[in-house]
Amino acid sequence: MSADSEQRTIRCLVAKVGLDGHDRGAHVIARAFRDAGFEVIYSGLHRAPEEIVQAAVQEDVDVLGISILSGAHNTLVPKVIEGLKEYDAFEDTLILVGGIIPDEDKETLLDLGVAEVFGPGTPMEETVEFVRENAPER
Amino acid sequence: MNAAAETELVEELLAGKHRALARVISKVEDREPGYRDIVSALHEHTGTADVIGVTGSPGAGKSTLVDKLAAHYRERGETVGVIAVDPSSPYTGGAVLGDRIRMASNVGDMDVFFRSMSARGTLGGLSTATADAVKALDAFGKDRIIIETVGAGQNEVDIVRTADTVCVLVQPGSGDDVQMLKAGILEIGDLFVVNKADMDGATRTVADLEEMLHMERDPTAKLNTGGFDAPEHPDSGDGADADGSASIWEPKVLETVAKSGEGVEELIDTLDAHSAWLDETGRREAKAKQRYAAEIRQLLRADAAELVEGELARRGGVEEMAERVHERETDPYTVADDVLGPIEECVEQERE
Repeated sequence: MSADSEQRTIRCLVAKVGLDGHDRGAHVIARAFRDAGFEVIYSGLHRAPEEIVQAAVQEDVDVLGISILSGAHNTLVPKVIEGLKEYDAFEDTLILVGGIIPDEDKETLLDLGVAEVFGPGTPMEETVEFVRENAPER
Repeated sequence: MNAAAETELVEELLAGKHRALARVISKVEDREPGYRDIVSALHEHTGTADVIGVTGSPGAGKSTLVDKLAAHYRERGETVGVIAVDPSSPYTGGAVLGDRIRMASNVGDMDVFFRSMSARGTLGGLSTATADAVKALDAFGKDRIIIETVGAGQNEVDIVRTADTVCVLVQPGSGDDVQMLKAGILEIGDLFVVNKADMDGATRTVADLEEMLHMERDPTAKLNTGGFDAPEHPDSGDGADADGSASIWEPKVLETVAKSGEGVEELIDTLDAHSAWLDETGRREAKAKQRYAAEIRQLLRADAAELVEGELARRGGVEEMAERVHERETDPYTVADDVLGPIEECVEQERE
């Protein structure tokens, strides 16, 4: 009775926003999430914030993981968050950011509503565990 | 979730809120308490969408073609819903749902509502969940709904039964003519698309398909050996309209190159032709009724199975009984009679 078990399947969108073309990390985290039993939707490369919002809303994901290595997080992440708010999807979406984020920017992102920022070298288990513990109750 | 919240969610969906639509589909997928009431409430608002099923082997180019179809429908001013089903891990239940990537023509266009669904390891459950998700999109007001699924066996046959028109994608060189003889998805197609038609072997594949299709359409007509409870073929009818013209749909074979969009227009025309044929011959209505009958049966079976599961658990669980059977204390038939006996009695008493 796996489908009817008490535990809801956690759905995640792994998103690459903006111009950076390195998606190795996104692939690795997608695979790790899959192996953890989550349902993972991968956005593909070079997405605009609106596209990420569209995907997050339509797929009704619990978790939105944004991977950014280009340094454009300060402009892109707020746009995504604004878009989610527009569709009433901000409140119950756990937003994570992964990639190269300087410490001073990390605080800004957290203030905006990002739940956690995972830098390079973060063990997979840590991220998976964080999602398990913090996936929003619905 | 309480009844008031469900009513609100249904109202929001009917009012055109994307978030509500997305949430309803999640509830349907999760089989959350209350999802049945939601689907029930939506039912009276359904029945206007044209549902197209697209199936085929992995890598046949389904997503790319669906993307092009959606773009064409949007150009005509129609709204589109897409449900793409991908497999899930039998071990962890996890899944990577990757079809969304190929929806490049429609990004940023909220009037294409694309939703990924995973198989979640259940056979019968998936087709019910997909059918319910289709109802949500239908009630939301989508003109065209496309269900996309990897075709490999019975599972997909169930899913495409929820579609008015079934489109089977075949890749050039995907096997010899014996593959075409095998039972399964080739029997359910209203039209066949040889995608990647610019590849070597496309002509051969088209020829093989044509040959297969021009054989007897109803394979069970003369060969019913008994042991198989044949469901009515969706296209079977009395063969003639009131005015005497034939009402059999001859499956078509088309060629496309989804990547470049080649052949897509012709495909759209054929889909439209099939849709018109469904309306003219009354097949759409007949199909819908067949679908509802199948749905009622499936729901009843699932509910009955749940009842039995509960009874099993109450009697110590199936493992314990298996142990007793193994020890030759009892046998499976006796166990089944024991478990079902009281339920049967209850039903009989109720009937009187």
